[in-house]
Amino acid sequence: MSDITKQSLSELVENIKGKKLSSSEVAKAFVERSEKSKELNAYITEDYANALNKAKKFDEKPNLDLKLPGIPMAVKDLFCTRDLRTTAGSKILNNFVPTYESTVTQNIWNEGAILMGKLNCDEFAMGSSNETSFFGNVQNPIDKNLVPGGSSGGSSSAVAAQLTPITIGTDTGGSIRQPASFTGTVGLKPTYGSCSRYGIVAFASSLDQAGPMAQNVKDCALLQEVISTYDEKDSTSIDFKRNEYSKELTKDIKGKKIGIPKEYRVDGMPKEIEDLWKKGIEYAKDCGAEIIDISLPHTNYALPTYYIVAPAEASSNLARYDGVKYGFRAEGENLIDMYEKTRSEGFGAEVQRRIMIGTYVLSSGYYDAYYLKAQKVRKLIKNDFDDAYKKVDAILTPSTPSSAFKIGEKTNDPVSMYLNDIFTVPVNLAGLPGISIPAGHDAKGYPLGLQIIGKAFDEQNILNIAYAMEEKINFQNNIHDWWIK
Amino acid sequence: MSKNKSEYLINRHDNQYEVVIGLEVHAQVTSESKLFSTSATKFGAEPNTQVSLVDAAFPGMLPIINEYCVKQAIKTGIGLKAKINKRSVFDRKNYFYADLPQGYQISQFKDPIVGEGKVILDMPDGQKEVGIERLHLEQDAGKSIHDLDPKNTFVDLNRSGVALMEIVSKPDLRSPDEVNAYIKKLRSIMRYLGTCDGNMQEGSLRADVNVSVRKKGSKEFGTRCEIKNVNSIKFMQMAIEYEANRQVDLIEDGQMIDQETRLFDTKKNETRSMRSKEDAHDYRYFPDPDLLPLEVSDDFIENLKSEIPELPDEKKKRFIEKFKLSPYEANILVSDIETSNYFENVIKKSDVKLATNWIIGELFAALNEKNLEITESPISAGNLSKLINLIKDGTISGKIAKIVFEQMMEDDKDPQKIVEEKGLKQESDPKALEALIDKVIDDNRDKATEYKSGKVKLFGFFVGQVMKVSGGKANPQLVNEILKKKL
Repeated sequence: MSDITKQSLSELVENIKGKKLSSSEVAKAFVERSEKSKELNAYITEDYANALNKAKKFDEKPNLDLKLPGIPMAVKDLFCTRDLRTTAGSKILNNFVPTYESTVTQNIWNEGAILMGKLNCDEFAMGSSNETSFFGNVQNPIDKNLVPGGSSGGSSSAVAAQLTPITIGTDTGGSIRQPASFTGTVGLKPTYGSCSRYGIVAFASSLDQAGPMAQNVKDCALLQEVISTYDEKDSTSIDFKRNEYSKELTKDIKGKKIGIPKEYRVDGMPKEIEDLWKKGIEYAKDCGAEIIDISLPHTNYALPTYYIVAPAEASSNLARYDGVKYGFRAEGENLIDMYEKTRSEGFGAEVQRRIMIGTYVLSSGYYDAYYLKAQKVRKLIKNDFDDAYKKVDAILTPSTPSSAFKIGEKTNDPVSMYLNDIFTVPVNLAGLPGISIPAGHDAKGYPLGLQIIGKAFDEQNILNIAYAMEEKINFQNNIHDWWIK
Repeated sequence: MSKNKSEYLINRHDNQYEVVIGLEVHAQVTSESKLFSTSATKFGAEPNTQVSLVDAAFPGMLPIINEYCVKQAIKTGIGLKAKINKRSVFDRKNYFYADLPQGYQISQFKDPIVGEGKVILDMPDGQKEVGIERLHLEQDAGKSIHDLDPKNTFVDLNRSGVALMEIVSKPDLRSPDEVNAYIKKLRSIMRYLGTCDGNMQEGSLRADVNVSVRKKGSKEFGTRCEIKNVNSIKFMQMAIEYEANRQVDLIEDGQMIDQETRLFDTKKNETRSMRSKEDAHDYRYFPDPDLLPLEVSDDFIENLKSEIPELPDEKKKRFIEKFKLSPYEANILVSDIETSNYFENVIKKSDVKLATNWIIGELFAALNEKNLEITESPISAGNLSKLINLIKDGTISGKIAKIVFEQMMEDDKDPQKIVEEKGLKQESDPKALEALIDKVIDDNRDKATEYKSGKVKLFGFFVGQVMKVSGGKANPQLVNEILKKKL
């Protein structure tokens, strides 16, 4: 069967279950395409030989009752994978091979999927362009000079370029939704507590959440159904009734109330984003949804709040990378010297910047003014959503304030880089689910995404809205395999 | 020192200084596994054999609270008559050290699990109440070993993550003796509760000691110094004594006391500055986002209350009221749970008064001599009880009992058997005694005559002779009676 890599996850599952395709054929096709796509730099660590072996083994005794039977898949390099190097995009974990498996990836392998390799990402998921990775930047398959977004840039690039039928990313302030938006793919950030954080290299514990990234909403729903489980190994994992999202997926969203928050009309927002949003509203109406204007008054404070809370937690979470136990170590004259050299050489500039910000805002004398205040504002932001959800079932916004930018364009301007997360961070601060779906192109032909934000634990609802709108939007990605020589 | 024996004051020139002491006791929670992981906590294991991925802070590892440790902390709080906080929060205390794998210690800063409580001390001149400020749960760090290699430091993470209770007293202590009594009482309460074994040699109990001095009568506190990590009561007392005198000398010399952290050098018997207030760590405490606030229900607390055994203060009260023990005797017998258990086992079947005397007297002396704990006593409670019954029913005299007791210390043999085998049974047959006495009088005619002529002091001589002839077995009471008649 030709064009295996062009098939969606759902098609591949169907074909393998129907014995029209073997796992080996599918794995071979994605491995070959991945091998031809090195220029994208989507992978940090390739595990192709093992993947092909596992596919062969699967074919010898195929269990076709599984949800992801013999499906090859690469995952963001923030998920610890047993016996396969896990770097978090950092020099400091350059040589780190876990002896354990993250719960999310274990859930995936339990359903029959096969690991192909680890995908590039911003260092410790800190970035919006994948340019902070120690392993180099990733190219957006849309255009050679474009960033794929971040931090799950390797993941978005790999899915868009069809190097993997589907993947998982992590989203702390937009790291799934923004790259999905930049590459014309679908990305879901689930409710905080939906997917276990066990075995995921931590960035900001109260915000981090793993989620699926896919070519379409149905695939996204299927993967979400696999990865979301209650896990006793994560104290913040929440035991709630999880749907079989793909089975319960419906395009019938008639009468759903969708809120349009006026505060998301930010100053300097390009007209094409405004237009996209208007188009999105029309699509939602076409699907039978009711549009309601709402207010999320504290939206303006979300970004500053995020850039206090996230670095604060990160500064503490990254303290364990000290050269003592594992990972990179620089020799020093004494313990302090070793710490300083290890961390100066082992962490990149953006990570160091955030550690410093985080250390500062937690310092005695500044804690109340920054960290404590940020926590209070965070509560207000959450209250905004709670109030809004008394009137609406979901909220529609643009995913990002612009389309993908050029590699190098914002590397010297961290604040302009941070502004990229303006529409996504409130969702993390409030612990809500949000999905980005491709909804159109800007004048340059680059994809643009719309974000649908749901109530906590209401992934099914936003998946349904996304599913219905996806059909109306009928988005086509313009990818021409320019990197394949 | 002051004339009032209970008051500990330091005299310099015309000034008298009072010492103000507060303790932060670190008590290891008795638990099979660590506070946030399932690793074992056994003392003395090979280095780094009780370390999980969580304890070693591997990427992506998350802490999970050990419910048993929470129960232990609450029980201790109940034992300290303290307020149990239904909601408490775990914070991160951030600092770098090689034996702190996470780069932070999970502790409780603003919202501890246990609030204010109290401990009653029995001091020679009466009772003293010491306030408890709080008790919180926290992780222990690992151990850095600097003396195994000239160039390298080794790290043992077996202790990393072990649950500790930090028990903070109010600055209510005023002398090394009170510190001694306080630590012993705290230890006793926790051992009754089974929440901390109190073993100071193994590091299960250690303390940071805050010391300040002020002129007698002053209401203001002086500047305090914190002496870190002292691991024996003796060292605590020595450190306080040294530190208080050092501070008094500074004041007398017109100097200021720097608020600082000091170390006690046990070899030189002095405290040394470790770091000043300016150099103090900024620990950047913040709530640990990996853990939700710890919430416990009223039922949870009530259930634990029902598991609390009778504690030393209550036991003492009962011993005094029910058994008519003196406060002194009661204090000794309740001071640790093993002693009180032993005592209560002995008196199940024997006389309380005799048992009290024999335990506090003979048994403690004998154990002391052999350097044994009550739990290691060669004489079981059952056999001591039998010995006491043999005394009580007149089978043997107190004097013979000591011989039997010595034998029992060797092999814990049934005292009845020892008495039988060695023929130590007391002679209480009046006829046999009369014969014995007649012979003694007969042999000492001259002395009998003297006695009759008024030298009554000679009565003791005759008693002694009778006992000697009987090999100590004659019933002394009967001997007295018969002798009086015969002489």
